[in-house]
Amino acid sequence: MVFRSEEMCLAQLFLQSGSEYDCISELGELGLVEFRDLNPSVSSFQRRFVSEIKRCEEMERILGFLLREIQKAKIAVPQEDESPLAPPPRQVLEIMEQLQRLEMELSEVAKNKDKLQRNLLELTEYTHMLKITRSFIHSRSRHEALGPQYEEFPTMETDSATGSTGMQRLGAKLGFISGLIQRVKVEAFERMLWRVCKGYTILSYTEVDESLADLDTGEINKSVVFLISFWGDQIGHKVQKICDCYHCHLYPHPENDEERADVLDSLRTRIQDLNNVLHRTDDYLRQVLQKAAESAYAWVVQVKKMKAIYHILNLCSFDVTNKCLIAEVWCPVSDLANLRGALEKGSRKGDATVPSFVNRIPSSDTPPTLLRSNKFTTGFQSIVEAYGVGDYREVSPAPYTIITFPFLFAVMFGDLGHGMIMSLFALWMVLTEKNQKKKRSSNEIWMTFFHGRYIILMMGLFSIYTGLIYNDCFSKSLNIFGSGWSVKAMFTNQQWTNKTVQTNALLTLDPNVSRVFSGPYPFGIDPIWNLAVNRLSFLNSYKMKMSVIVGVIHMSFGVVLSVFNHFVYLLFLPELLFLICLFGYLVFMILYKWLAFSAHNSSQAPSILIHFINMFVMQGKDVTPLYPGQTGLQVFLLLIAVMCVPVLLLGKPLYLYWQQRGGKGLRRRRVINISCTVLQFDFADVLMHQAIHTIEYCLGCVSNTASYLRLWALSLAHAQLSEVLWAMVMRLGFKITTKVGVVFLVPVFGLFATLTVSILLVMEGLSAFLHALRLHWVEFQNKFYHGTGVKFLPFDFSQLPSVFEQDGLL
Amino acid sequence: MASHSLALPMICFTTLWALVGVVAPFLVPKGPNRGVIVTSLILTAVCCYLFWLIAILAQANPLFGPQLKNETIWYLQYYWE
Repeated sequence: MVFRSEEMCLAQLFLQSGSEYDCISELGELGLVEFRDLNPSVSSFQRRFVSEIKRCEEMERILGFLLREIQKAKIAVPQEDESPLAPPPRQVLEIMEQLQRLEMELSEVAKNKDKLQRNLLELTEYTHMLKITRSFIHSRSRHEALGPQYEEFPTMETDSATGSTGMQRLGAKLGFISGLIQRVKVEAFERMLWRVCKGYTILSYTEVDESLADLDTGEINKSVVFLISFWGDQIGHKVQKICDCYHCHLYPHPENDEERADVLDSLRTRIQDLNNVLHRTDDYLRQVLQKAAESAYAWVVQVKKMKAIYHILNLCSFDVTNKCLIAEVWCPVSDLANLRGALEKGSRKGDATVPSFVNRIPSSDTPPTLLRSNKFTTGFQSIVEAYGVGDYREVSPAPYTIITFPFLFAVMFGDLGHGMIMSLFALWMVLTEKNQKKKRSSNEIWMTFFHGRYIILMMGLFSIYTGLIYNDCFSKSLNIFGSGWSVKAMFTNQQWTNKTVQTNALLTLDPNVSRVFSGPYPFGIDPIWNLAVNRLSFLNSYKMKMSVIVGVIHMSFGVVLSVFNHFVYLLFLPELLFLICLFGYLVFMILYKWLAFSAHNSSQAPSILIHFINMFVMQGKDVTPLYPGQTGLQVFLLLIAVMCVPVLLLGKPLYLYWQQRGGKGLRRRRVINISCTVLQFDFADVLMHQAIHTIEYCLGCVSNTASYLRLWALSLAHAQLSEVLWAMVMRLGFKITTKVGVVFLVPVFGLFATLTVSILLVMEGLSAFLHALRLHWVEFQNKFYHGTGVKFLPFDFSQLPSVFEQDGLL
Repeated sequence: MASHSLALPMICFTTLWALVGVVAPFLVPKGPNRGVIVTSLILTAVCCYLFWLIAILAQANPLFGPQLKNETIWYLQYYWE
């Protein structure tokens, strides 16, 4: 990543008609340039290479069908690391043919399989029906031990009209209809039969144990085998019609037991055969799919690349002689040599007689912004770009964000223990990044965390540092160097006795007493403050002042960066002076108070805020000055700041006016010429803009400085939450001293760990992340960054999304 | 009670962060990432040094002392130096 975006140029590519496909393929592999659309008025149906794109889409359709079949058969598609190149046009026909053949084969096999399965279902149903109706008839005969038996009457004839076998008995025909019906319809069926046939039918039914799949709908339903015995022809017709109406599967009812046994046997053999055939079909299908899966990945990539190339070719226009394709591209100036090399390579591959070449052309359009980044800086670049892509050749805040963003996060998050957990988590993500990239999970939240792994790592490391300074580790302090405050000294100097300690619940150490305070803790906050009741009085004052100091320095840095951005760069001077004279002086006062006042004159230590406000209203008479000459200096600084405002307001308009009148320019040599060529200079317009900018800046200084106090607020919230969690959860576990306490400590620690991770790490982490981001986007970047540019999107095969990946097929 | 001076830590940490922020940038090998690494080193040194400095200056001349519970005082009297 660099300081500002790269220099771009507009170039024209002249591609010879034989080799244009290969040239574009080379460019796509390298990802160097962004193509412009030279035919914006042409609809997508009228472009030149529409038929080729249609062919690619047809191939994609077949590939989609193929991948879905492969996924259904649960075969894994092997993916190679190296992606294959786009195929030359002659190879395309081969691939197309192969794909079409595969599609036909697969659909035929699927059709056959379907037919076989239907057959199998019928046979299975028939078997069930036969078995169950046998039990009906035999059970009936058992019940009617004294009653008439079903005699073995000879069949009259199979009545073709009703299709049911009949037995003649007593002159009337007794007919049987048997079959299967869905379980859900049985009651309605029975009721209908009763109503229509008025008791001339007897229906017996039993549910089948096995659930059979209904091939039309694909559902698995329970079926019921029924046997209807009826008297008379008319009834037979009616029953037939009712059965049709309820979509029953009817099967011929056998006359007697021997016939039944024969049919059962033959059915059994047929079912066995069918199962065999089905297995063989399955195996064959699997084989075909396995073979296809081996080259599926390569095909997908090749078709994707081909389609992309034809899209790009559609953006180009033909020149006058109609033999050469012209493309307009944005190319980084530093990559022009690579571009030429790629075109030569493509021309050689395409066996063109005349090689393709590049011609740089001047342009008045604003080029897109390119900022190169590696895997570490991409995360930080993306959080800057989420606010806005920088203008062309504008200073980018991204390289500074790498450090200042984690630092500001850590100031708000500062806890040694939590920082260590965060760093370890990020370190794990970084070390296993190759595997994670291969897995390509579809969980969006996880992918968001994974893309920000370097950011989280930096945030964690800085949090460890600020945690050491705040001396806060899971709300406990570390005492590495020995505290600078001594309780013993209060006793040895007769300030306290044992009686004072017994009678008073709270006592305050007095730094005025000798040897009570012996120097500041060398690294961070003294550990005694963790034990003190008035801890927050000290910490709040410290953190608020720290926030203001950090904020003023951060903002000054932003103003200094605007030197490189603003058109009239000298304008950064009044802005900086305004900021430093007012808020820099505030920082000076804070530091002065820290250094000049100590315990022995603490009663005269003034309030910084009162002095600051008095400076503005110029009323320094009543309060004792901080230092001699304070009033004079403050008036002086205030005057400078007030004088900066009109300079800020009128500087730029007057300068432009003077320039237009023919004055010498103060511009430095720079590539950006866009806003300089102001021919129609509208004084009122520029003045208005500059007035808005001045007001925004001056008021913004005050509000932005106050905004940095969120550093104090969030760090206080984090520390308090941490302390509450310890006191309410972990300490309860430690208080129980029996053996039960040891066992009880295990779930207590589990609860502590869960709440730490979910509330303190995730919730507070996200909150601090958001606030640090806001401080960057608003308070820091509005001093110098516009962010209204367009991002450079090169034509790169690896950046193209694959439709199949999105569907989860690949 | 450990007697701490202001001078010793000041010298130590100033030299440490000066090494990181001023000397180390010259030791970074040439490469495409040199600019980013140098910027990062300088910014890290500035941020960390500033943060430490604020912490120590805020405690150098305390205007009031910690208020402790009597149990804490009893404990500290015997167990801390």
